[in-house]
This record gives sequence, structure tokens and C-alpha cells, in this order.
Amino acid sequence: MSLDIWMRENPLTYIWLGSYAVAFLIFAIEVAMVRHKRKITLQQVRLLRNVGDDE
Amino acid sequence: MAINWFKYSAPTTFYGLAGKLIPWFATSSVILAAIALYIGFYVAPTDAIQGEFYRIIFIHVPASILSMFLYLIMAGYAALGLIFKTRLSSMMATAIAPTGALFAFISLWTGALWGKPMWGAWWMWDARLTSELILLFLYLGFIALHASIDDPRRADRAAALLAIVGSVNVPIIYFSVKWWNTLHQGSTIKFSGTSMHVAMQQAMFTMLVACWLYAIAVALMRVRSIILERERNTTWISELPEVKL
Amino acid sequence: MKRSSLLDLLVLVIRRDLVLAMRRRADVLTTLIFFVMVVSLFPLGVGPEMAMLRKMAAGVLWVAALLSSMLSLGRLFSADYLDGTLEQMMLAPQSLSMLVLGKMVAHWMVSGLPLVLMAPVLGLQFDMSVEALGVLILGLLLGSPVLSMIGAIGAALTLGLRGGGVLLSLLVLPLTIPVLIFGTGAVEAISSGLEITSHLSFLGALLLLALVFTPWVTAQALRISME
Repeated sequence: MSLDIWMRENPLTYIWLGSYAVAFLIFAIEVAMVRHKRKITLQQVRLLRNVGDDE
Repeated sequence: MAINWFKYSAPTTFYGLAGKLIPWFATSSVILAAIALYIGFYVAPTDAIQGEFYRIIFIHVPASILSMFLYLIMAGYAALGLIFKTRLSSMMATAIAPTGALFAFISLWTGALWGKPMWGAWWMWDARLTSELILLFLYLGFIALHASIDDPRRADRAAALLAIVGSVNVPIIYFSVKWWNTLHQGSTIKFSGTSMHVAMQQAMFTMLVACWLYAIAVALMRVRSIILERERNTTWISELPEVKL
Repeated sequence: MKRSSLLDLLVLVIRRDLVLAMRRRADVLTTLIFFVMVVSLFPLGVGPEMAMLRKMAAGVLWVAALLSSMLSLGRLFSADYLDGTLEQMMLAPQSLSMLVLGKMVAHWMVSGLPLVLMAPVLGLQFDMSVEALGVLILGLLLGSPVLSMIGAIGAALTLGLRGGGVLLSLLVLPLTIPVLIFGTGAVEAISSGLEITSHLSFLGALLLLALVFTPWVTAQALRISME
């Protein structure tokens, strides 16, 4: 019940915290995950390449 | 001109092109998003019926539109890969899928948060939200199927078929859900007056373009990792500066 | 000449699959028992209040039918895939779509039809009226083949994959939602005294669409999975 009251008294905070912050957080996490994937893939490729060089 | 385009359909050349384009898409996305938020929160007036709460639409509507648009683009790339057997097309489809799914999730989340002040409940089975949920399931199915198949070629082709079947079904599903919703007297979101204030439209459109540019940037980033992974045994990859270190 | 041989092929495949299914009666029965069990779980979960159960009845029965169909679909191609018959079928000069259609029909007769026959019995448990039961049966009769056919696409795509059954359901269930909506909608309409022809027509249209497109799409899916 107190959530409803708080929500009506602070609409903009509610919007920012609930919607925009979540959306931007998701975008940030997505970009972080893509960059992490790239890092790991590059590591794997380097590993493969070094193994190939050793042979 | 025609030859140039085909040159970029090979993973080798596309990798470089994508790398150069990403910063442009990324920065323009951020700038446009900032502009959209400024217009949406400072220029657009308070709505007579909904007060301040309507301002969620500036992220909710672009996310919805983009989730549907990206599904069609994904299915289109997948179909190209299936029909013309171009590897890069299938890689693009795989790259777009997670972004599309996340936009669908954002659309559902922001829709729910909009619903709470409007209808007093966190979820409403209205036609659009329900269709959005089904779209999320379709995305997840595509991702799951692709991830479950070890052979990349079979994975690409099976997921492509699923995406095509999904796209054909989306209008049927949307129509049924809409009909189901009117039957059960669902609620729809209304604004004061019949048309939106110009500033509201501007903010929404600008944010739509910003999200679109963001989606392109992330998809290009993702496809570069996919190219690296799939082509890891080739010489051109081992000659790349970031690999040689 | 060609037309009758296609029909002969169809009948041949149906008969073969039916004979094979009869040898494994347990599979058929377990699907039916699952259906009954799922339906029985709902009153246990939501309470025995008859007015509420009557309102839920159509939805519960349809969802249970959906889930039971999903369970049985794994069997559609797996046996033939495992013993190499599927490969032979694909190499044969005859139309693969026809073969697939035959398998779909046989599968429906063995998995879908029993559910349709069982549903009214279960509907009585939910105190459904006679008209409602009639519309339920009609809807299931039109809709259950569609479930089998759309499910076949999923079965073909997930052939031989680990985690196949659950993955199949994840892929196919969203696509079956229109059937669910119109099947239950028809029962609700008859209970409110409204006309049902539009709902049943839509189900009929979906059935025709499925008949025309799904065998070919499933054949393509099989080719993708078997390469």
C-alpha cells in the first residue's frame, strides 16, 4: 500500500528508477556482455594460433 | 557499385567494415537518446489524464516497435542465409536475436510499470502486452534452438526455418490475441484528446531512432565476435592485429 | 495415375505407423493418462468450487490437450530416425511431404483422437453443459490435428537433440496459441449464448492452412536436421 502512495507522490522518481534506469542498465549489461564475449573469443583464437605455431 | 556490395558480404571484409562503423552508430545513438530524454522530460507537457506517468512511453513504445522490427530483420537475414547459403547472413541473424529479445523484455517491463499507476496492477492481459510476451517466447525459442545444435550449419538453417515459421505466425497470433482481448473487455491506454502533443511525438521518434542505432551498433559488435569464433581456423583471422597482439 | 499412387503412399504410411504404434500401446496410453492427470490437478490446485471450475473448464482442457500433444510429439520421428528408416524415406523417390503427412495423420489418430474422445468425460467433472461439451469436442476435433502438424515441424527441427522434449515445447507452444484462443473462445461463446460459427470457421481455416503448408515445411526441416 505504501508503494502506491509513494508512487503517486513521486511520479518522476518512479519513472526514472523503474523504467529508464532499468532500460539503461540492461543496455549497459548487454554491451558489457558483448565486449566480454569478444575478449574471450580473442583469447581462444590466440591460443589456437599459438598451438598452431608450436607445431 | 554492385561488386562493392558483394565484397562486403564476405565475413573477411565485413569484419573490418563493421569495426569502423560501430563507433559512429554508438555515439549518434547516445546523442539522440540524450536529446529525446530532454524533449521528453523538459519540453513535453504534463498529460491531463495520466499526469507524469505517461513519460514511460518514450522508452516503452520505441522498445516495442524495435522488438517487432528486429524480429522481422532477423528472420529476413535468416531466410537469406537459408536460401542463398551466405554465411554472413546467418551470423547477422544470430547476432540480432539477443538484442531483439532484450528490447521485448524492456517493452514488457516498462509496460508493466506503466500499467501499475494506470490500472493498479503490475500486469494487464491487453493485446499488445500479451503479443509482446509471445514475441519474447519466439525470440527465446530461436536462441534456444540455435544454442542446442552443435553443428553451426545445421543450427543456422534450423533456426532460420523456425524464424520464418514464426514470422508467418506473428500476424495470426497478433490477430487472435487482439480478438481474445476485446472479447474479455481488456483495457487500452488512452491519452487526453485524440492526438499527441508535438513534443511527445518528437521525443518518441527521436528515441526510436536512438534505439535503432544502438541495436545496429550492438549487433555489429556481436557479429564480429561470431565471425572471430566461426572463422578461427583461417589465416586471415590469425593475421588480425588484435589477435597477433 | 500419379494421383492414386500418392494416395496409396499416404495410406501405406498411415497403416505402417498405426501398426507400429499398436505394438507400443504403452506410449499411447501414457499420453492419455497424462492428459487425465493434468486436468485433475487443476481442481486440486484451485479448489472444488463448481462455479469457478465451470468457467475454467474449457481453458484447462485445452491447455492439457496442448501439453499432452507436446509430450507425444517426440515420438513422431525418433523411432524411424534411430533405426535408419527416416534416411531411407528421404532417399526414396516418393514425395517426402506425402510421407510426412501420413506420419502426421497416424500420429494424430493415435495421440490426438483419444484426447478428443476423453475430453467430454473430463468435461463432466467440471460440470460443463451438453452444448459446451459439444463445442469443445468440435473445437478439439478441428484443433488437435493442427497441434500435431505444427508440432511435427518442431519435432523435425529438434531431431536427435539433447533436451529435445522441453525444447520442442518451447518452440511449438507459442505457435499453437491461436488454436487455443479460438478453441476456448468457442466454448465460452456457446456458454454465453453467442454464435460459434466464426470461432469454428477460424479453426477450420487454421486446419486447412496447416494441411497445405506444414507437410512441406516439416519435410524441409527434416532435410536440415538430417544433413
